[in-house]
Amino acid sequence: MTHSKHGEHSPPEGDWRREYWRKNLRLMVILLSIWFIVSFGCGILFVEQLNKIEIAGFPLGFWFAQQGAIYTFLVLILIYAVRMDRLDDEYGVSERDGDGERL
Amino acid sequence: MSEIQLWTTIFIVLSFGVYIYIAWRSRVSETESFYVARHGVPTVANGAAIAADWMSAASFISMAGLIAFLGSDGSVFLMGWTGGYVLLAMLLAPYLRKWGKYTVPEFVGERYSEGVRTLAAAAAIIISFTYVVGQMNGGGIVFSRFLGIGLTGGVLIAAGVIFLYAVLGGMKGITWTQVAQYTVLIIAYLIPAVAVAQQVTGLPIPQVSFGTILDELNAIGTQMGLEQYTEAFAQQPMIDAFLVTMALMIGTAGLPHVIIRFYTTRTVRGSRHSAFWALLFISILYTTAPAVGAFTKLNLLEGINGTPVNQLPTWIENWARTGLVSISQDTETINSVSDDPADKADMTINTDILVLASPEIAGLPAPIIGLVAAGGMAAALSTAAGLLLVISSSVSHDFYFRRIRKTADDNERLLVGRIAMGLAVVVAIVAGINPPAFVAEVVAFAFGLAACSFFPILVLGIFWKRCNAKGAAAGMVAGLAVTIPYMIYTLEVFGTAENEPILDVSPEGIGTIGAVVNFIVAIIVSKLTSHPPKHIEEMVENIRYPAATPRAGTRTTPGSGSAGGPEEGTS
Repeated sequence: MTHSKHGEHSPPEGDWRREYWRKNLRLMVILLSIWFIVSFGCGILFVEQLNKIEIAGFPLGFWFAQQGAIYTFLVLILIYAVRMDRLDDEYGVSERDGDGERL
Repeated sequence: MSEIQLWTTIFIVLSFGVYIYIAWRSRVSETESFYVARHGVPTVANGAAIAADWMSAASFISMAGLIAFLGSDGSVFLMGWTGGYVLLAMLLAPYLRKWGKYTVPEFVGERYSEGVRTLAAAAAIIISFTYVVGQMNGGGIVFSRFLGIGLTGGVLIAAGVIFLYAVLGGMKGITWTQVAQYTVLIIAYLIPAVAVAQQVTGLPIPQVSFGTILDELNAIGTQMGLEQYTEAFAQQPMIDAFLVTMALMIGTAGLPHVIIRFYTTRTVRGSRHSAFWALLFISILYTTAPAVGAFTKLNLLEGINGTPVNQLPTWIENWARTGLVSISQDTETINSVSDDPADKADMTINTDILVLASPEIAGLPAPIIGLVAAGGMAAALSTAAGLLLVISSSVSHDFYFRRIRKTADDNERLLVGRIAMGLAVVVAIVAGINPPAFVAEVVAFAFGLAACSFFPILVLGIFWKRCNAKGAAAGMVAGLAVTIPYMIYTLEVFGTAENEPILDVSPEGIGTIGAVVNFIVAIIVSKLTSHPPKHIEEMVENIRYPAATPRAGTRTTPGSGSAGGPEEGTS
């Protein structure tokens, strides 16, 4: 659907750009919210409440602060990188060489 | 020479030989590859190099020890020093890579103005330099313990090796050397950690198994006059934990020597994936560190609790010689322990030694102890080399070439860069031998400065076209004006008196407030003054899309790839 937008009868240039940028920002805001909730929320603001729950010897808040937050960060970056690859392709702005191969 | 010294020497000589060989193999002569190593660095390798660049003596040598004594409150370092990569990957790396210039001040200069560039270059040099001092000192500690030479000698050897390969190799050499250094340091960190986990719990996965000893640790710690290990905010109020974590995160995202590594990737896509690989490699150490802290502390406390002074384990005697472990005068039996001499406990331990001493504390064989020493050196060297590169590029490119001699050719700029590196090493040696403050405080300084100066204006520069030069300059100055005086007020730097923090805000956390001030001032001043010129708004628009224009059907756009970054526009 988005591809047709920059076919022969392109609407003003800014249109697909604005859409691409908006999607990028939306993805970012979602992922950064999770980033904030897991680290500052679970690891700091609500750590004492979570510590009442214990799993495999770890008080849960303590586990988030020393292990869980780091794993979450890693997954967030991976999701961002993969989703942005897809978004770049969708809007035709991925970096490719003369043969259309990914650089 | 003891067995430990023999193995330490073997591992250090071997690993140094590898680093120097790699640097010599990839030596370069032209400016571009000296600073950014444009081609031929695969994403995974770049990730490993970023990880080594980032993980300094503080991460390898100090962090687990800090956590061992801070317990739950030590989490601020774990989250703070990893969470910044999320910000880097989403807010800065892809866009700065699309811009594709040599240095961070370069971006600031083109986005805002020459004046802001000079301010940024000065900040980059100060930040990187304070950080180098910490590395010199960390390297010195390793040598003075394991080779039995003084701190001065240790710092001199470390500095000499760093200088040699940083000057020879440039960025390409440094990148591949750092891949080797990452390998050395992660092996050196994991082997003792896994061995200790196996020994204590029977489960060789430290990340999982340290949960099973937390109750024991709480119990024995309380018995010896320490805080509960898993209790949150035992030593630090919540507001401060919040501010410190935030300052470390945005400081990480604003550190010039980290940002510059994302210029090394071939594509914008590569910079996002590099951030993932970098954090993956970093996480291996960062999720192991709290386990190392917990196990080492348990072993340490069990080894000394209630033990008469004349029957203490031998590692204590070894380390007592460095002055980093001490037993109070009239003690006969060890009943209390602390990391702070002011507590007047029976035994006082400097937290910096815990990782280096952990194999000895657990009674592991000498080759492993030697390996840990080589790992600590790898961490210090790799970070110092990356920092020296930033100093050298800021001096030769942003000051000399841009401000003093616009006609300087490649060779002249390279020479100036190398001279700057040499001078930085000499000053760092002096400062590493006589640090102006404790290493941890020096590092806190670097993070606070990066957080309050670079991060806000870089983010605004990318995400808000309206931000102009006056706003950025005012924001940076305001951020620094809040942060620096507060740090000097609360820390003992260059002999100034140490004062009590205001409203529980520690000097490590003030960078967050500085950054907020920077954001607010930059936005208000930009709003009150005129729009930035049209061509700058177009530049900002342009960096938001990896390829210049969308490809319609099979047509390929000439601008795609944008690999030509540094060649155009900089000369």
